[in-house]
Amino acid sequence: MDRLISSVLVVLAVPAVLVGYVLTIEAFAGRLPRSVGDRIRPWLWLLPAFAFVLVFLIYPMIATILRSLYGSAEGKFVGAENYVHFFTSSQTLAALGNNILWLVFLTGLTVGIGLIVAVLVDRVRYESVVKTVIFLPMAISFVAAGVIWRFMYELNPSVGTLNAVVVALGGQPVPWLINAPLNTFMLIVVGVWMQAGFAMVILSAGLKGISTELLEAARVDGANERQVFRSIMLPLLMPTIAVITTTIVIIALKTFDIVYTMTNGNFDTEVIANRMYKELFNYGQPGQASATAVILLVAVVPVMLFNIRRFQQQEAIR
Amino acid sequence: MTQVQAPVLVGTDLRAGARRGPRRRRGDLLVHVALIVLMVVWAVPAVALLVSSFRPTQQLTSSGWWTAIFPPYEFTFSNYEHVLGQAGLGNAFLNSLVITIPATIIVISVAAFASYAFAWMSFPGRQILFVVIVGLLVVPLQVTLIPVLRLFRDATFFGQSLTGTFLAVWLAHTGYGLPFAVYLLRNYFGGLPREVFESAAIDGASPGTAFFRLALPMSVPAIASLVIFQFLWVWNDLLVALVYLGPRPQNHPVSVTLANLTTSQGGDWNFLTAAAFISMALPIVVFLALQRYFVRGITGGAVKG
Repeated sequence: MDRLISSVLVVLAVPAVLVGYVLTIEAFAGRLPRSVGDRIRPWLWLLPAFAFVLVFLIYPMIATILRSLYGSAEGKFVGAENYVHFFTSSQTLAALGNNILWLVFLTGLTVGIGLIVAVLVDRVRYESVVKTVIFLPMAISFVAAGVIWRFMYELNPSVGTLNAVVVALGGQPVPWLINAPLNTFMLIVVGVWMQAGFAMVILSAGLKGISTELLEAARVDGANERQVFRSIMLPLLMPTIAVITTTIVIIALKTFDIVYTMTNGNFDTEVIANRMYKELFNYGQPGQASATAVILLVAVVPVMLFNIRRFQQQEAIR
Repeated sequence: MTQVQAPVLVGTDLRAGARRGPRRRRGDLLVHVALIVLMVVWAVPAVALLVSSFRPTQQLTSSGWWTAIFPPYEFTFSNYEHVLGQAGLGNAFLNSLVITIPATIIVISVAAFASYAFAWMSFPGRQILFVVIVGLLVVPLQVTLIPVLRLFRDATFFGQSLTGTFLAVWLAHTGYGLPFAVYLLRNYFGGLPREVFESAAIDGASPGTAFFRLALPMSVPAIASLVIFQFLWVWNDLLVALVYLGPRPQNHPVSVTLANLTTSQGGDWNFLTAAAFISMALPIVVFLALQRYFVRGITGGAVKG
């Protein structure tokens, strides 16, 4: 009962306190000379958000980078040793390799399928039904998706759908989640199942933004559907595809839940995020775990810069 | 480890919802076949789970779920009764609500003020600070875990350490959700017509009045899509709960309980299927009910920057 009361309290009190805070600021700023009030007001409005960002993102990021230079014991400075370990240990390198598979195949398949569906769905009457079906897995958790697909991959052909199909076609049941590197691909399938709808929805919106006149003009001039797709739709969708690609790249790099639920990194399916979790909680190696996390951070930096550049271009034409 | 990664859509090329009339071409047979196959492939895994969750144990392990959709029908609620009671999923469901609702409310109320300042107040460093927010959108949570865990261990609230408390999870989710929330709301606020705020200021309205009376009511769609995003993220989150809530099962949300069930009872499909479905039910309802806002949120260009 306690937790219910406290959560209701939080739901009511936090907005109330924040509104009270802003009203107080306004009353206070209103009394100051206008120039002074206008100068300090924005900072007071930003303060709560800054406090959160500072405490939960900026400070921990710096602390983790520093911590990665120390050993498993707090005070023991080891320099780059944890990084040397990362790039020489066969386990972390295997995790890195799997992340690269995730990066390439999750991104490629998700964007590819999303694009195909977006183009095809535009031509049928039951567009919204298809979209909802493909999109729905986005609503559920990676953990639930992991359970759903473990059920699909179950070895027993009278339980696992995929092996039932294999047996019906005259094959032997396949241990999908045990044989490497097949198992990593089977995990990536789960990711594609969840994310393709996201790519589809955005691409479909982009597609509807392309002028009908343009497409019709090309068709009247004798372009066939493939040429229309290749020479008009694809180039116009390129910026959208780039944005989706970066988003999926980030998801691929941060992959954790699917692997945690479906194999827990066994049978050579480990990825960097799972490695980091194990180093921290199973092996008691916060130094190594910090270095692993920093490597993950470094891996997202190109995407970060890409996003920032896009944002600045966007602001320039605003 | 957010579930739906915040898409950074700042292109003007994306005009969501700008439907240019029907552009239906005569769909040939191949298109229909491809789409229907795709729909079946996408739906089968979830349907298999749903059907199986209502089947008695013996049937479930001896015959495929596809046999159950033909008569004679043998369905039961006993799997659900077991997981909701004995396996603790009922309690976990409550925990998920207790975690998700406050975490959603806090992040939006904190973000709204900051976003408004970013959109309509001028101050030195505004552009740089917002670029920092854009950069933070993609930071992996993993980078923050160790120091924040330490912080929660050392911090006390009414003499009690924050480790393993709901408060810790609320705070952490707020911190992690803020960059996206500020980004989305600032872009929406910034897209509201300038004249509205200018004439309000001329009429003597303070920024506070303009925020509460104009900006907020005009931004309901953006706030709605933010609510859905944050709700789904927090509800579906595994990592944050796993790390900050600690090992006490009474505190675990459905995601953690389900993950634990999976590793401990990997073969008990009758319970696992029911448990998985319970964890999915609420997000699916929210999603279907508010799909419009969700789509508008991710095609973010609609939140025109």
